[in-house]
Amino acid sequence: MTRKITFMKAINEAMDQSMERDERVILLGEDVAGGATIEHLGNEGAWGGVFGVTKGLVEKYGRERVIDTPISEMGYMGAAVGAAATGLRPVPELMFNDFIGFCFDTLLAQGSKMRYMFGGKAKIPLTVRTCHGAGASAAAQHSGSYYGLLGSIPGIKVVVPSNPYDAKGLLNAAIEDDNIVMFFEDKTLYGIKEEVPEEYYTVEIGKAKVKKAGSDLTIVTIGKMLYVALEVAEKLEADGVDVEVIDLVTVAPWDQETIINSVKKTGRLIIIDEANPHNNTATDISSVVADKAFDYLDGPIKCICAPNTPVPFASNLEQLYIPNADKVFDLADELIADLKKS
Amino acid sequence: MQNLDMKKAAWIYEKMNDIRNFEDEVHRIFTSGEIPGFVHLYAGEEAVATGVCAHLTDADYITSTHRGHGHCIAKGCDLNGMMAEIYGKETGLCKGKGGSMHIADIDKGMLGANGMVGGGFPIAVGAGLRNKYLKTDNVVVCFFGDGAANEGTFHEGINLAAIWKLPVIFVCENNLFAEATPQSYSSASKTIAQRSLAYDIPGISVDGMDLMEVYKTAGEAIDRARKGEGPTIIECLTYRKYGHFEGDEQKYKAKEGPEKERADLDCIQLFRKEAIALKLLTKEQADEIEANSVKAIAKAIQFAQGSPIPRPEALYEDVYAD
Repeated sequence: MTRKITFMKAINEAMDQSMERDERVILLGEDVAGGATIEHLGNEGAWGGVFGVTKGLVEKYGRERVIDTPISEMGYMGAAVGAAATGLRPVPELMFNDFIGFCFDTLLAQGSKMRYMFGGKAKIPLTVRTCHGAGASAAAQHSGSYYGLLGSIPGIKVVVPSNPYDAKGLLNAAIEDDNIVMFFEDKTLYGIKEEVPEEYYTVEIGKAKVKKAGSDLTIVTIGKMLYVALEVAEKLEADGVDVEVIDLVTVAPWDQETIINSVKKTGRLIIIDEANPHNNTATDISSVVADKAFDYLDGPIKCICAPNTPVPFASNLEQLYIPNADKVFDLADELIADLKKS
Repeated sequence: MQNLDMKKAAWIYEKMNDIRNFEDEVHRIFTSGEIPGFVHLYAGEEAVATGVCAHLTDADYITSTHRGHGHCIAKGCDLNGMMAEIYGKETGLCKGKGGSMHIADIDKGMLGANGMVGGGFPIAVGAGLRNKYLKTDNVVVCFFGDGAANEGTFHEGINLAAIWKLPVIFVCENNLFAEATPQSYSSASKTIAQRSLAYDIPGISVDGMDLMEVYKTAGEAIDRARKGEGPTIIECLTYRKYGHFEGDEQKYKAKEGPEKERADLDCIQLFRKEAIALKLLTKEQADEIEANSVKAIAKAIQFAQGSPIPRPEALYEDVYAD
């Protein structure tokens, strides 16, 4: 049965159902329950995560499975790697993806390489939940989008859901996966509501989704940028331009087949990525498409990214930072100028 | 804690000899150019790995260091597989893809040597969390050097183990030098053990050249951990026979004084003498163990030399689990 729930509730429900299915699944992170050892709280969480994403889980599963950590990202992320290597299926929460620097070694040099270094003997079934994205006035150290950084590391999978349905299914799939999966939650999407099945289901990691079929121009998006592309597609439709919108869903390993097939059909490609503009997912997609589908292209591949700056605080500047429909529209207009003339 | 009996003493003496012979041979062969890359030899510190691991089973875990061959041998890893790994051969413990700095065998509870100094602390804590969560009485030993004690992971790892009362024993091999820099310069605290006060857990410094002392202290700490009484820091004062890595000129080592006196101690000879005096070993038995160990290492070298290099396709294998 489906009913409308928020992006946040969908993520919460995935953790709940995964914990119910498998006792090896544990949550850990800063205030994922909140109020550890405070007598009058007992098994009641004080917070349920800084945004409330893990709310209600400590009451159901107890403090042995929903573990408050000190503010020690390096310690608990490394512990999650160690627990995964020895048979648990931990789901640590990195409160903001900008904190990755504190615990990078545990993922870059330890967890992601163990299976390879140990000749295939290790399995690291670890799902790291973290939030990203500008638009919440959280400024430079709480607003970045670093999925591309993580996605460049062999041994790590990276997913960035854009909607509640995918969020639930992808998180379940991530927890079932025997590898490290980084699960990126855009904090500005937590409130969006959509129909989501009540029962347990998974969404395939590594498969992009065609959200709107079209024949003139392909727009590939990551996470929240889907909504920018849909807005552009609607505007262009009025001009008789048929846009294909693809939600990348998985940043690593990204779905080359779906994107290349689309470009072969449309001959034009725009990629929208909220990350900073260099060495990111958009540039990677662009390079692969240029290599493998060059003969099908009718114009340059356009990457629309955040500028090469940290995220600013002032709201007007922050809005300028985030790729928006106007920027995409201008570029798209240029790309399809020949179509409009004909 | 199991008292040191004849069987255990023989096991320890065998492992000590295996480590020394293994490392002396790797030293010799490395100089000839037959072994690629970097190697960091454990020779000189044998009393620590063996005195601690004598209390462990395959179901207990250890995390190791740059200087990991000794921990591997003491944890029961196969000598042939180890030597083949260091040679970069397909028959190695890690199919030739880990090498000396990342040698591991999870089936033996050996969670890996570590190329990152201090990398083992949080991983050991995670294995300890697993042991506690699954309500086992298994323990984790986190070996680390005096150099690693100045990494942030030392603090975060030990703090977590202490607040969660995890069955993790933190064993510092203080060989006086982090690479070429003395511990006395690097650490504001005189000893590593005294830092245990900050975490409100037991901390003790022992003579790491004295097998008996290491064995007894580790045994007590491991017993406490098995009973759910939480972590301990054990600092073993030791000395490495070779440099930080092979090729190190070791200009920083003292030519006289207390450091030189320590350098001249041989923990294997000390144990042999004491064990024979205590009738834990006979002279004949000790001689036989020594001879067998030389043979076992020679066999391991032959095995490694005769083994195939990895297939080219192996480059792409084991990045992800299916």
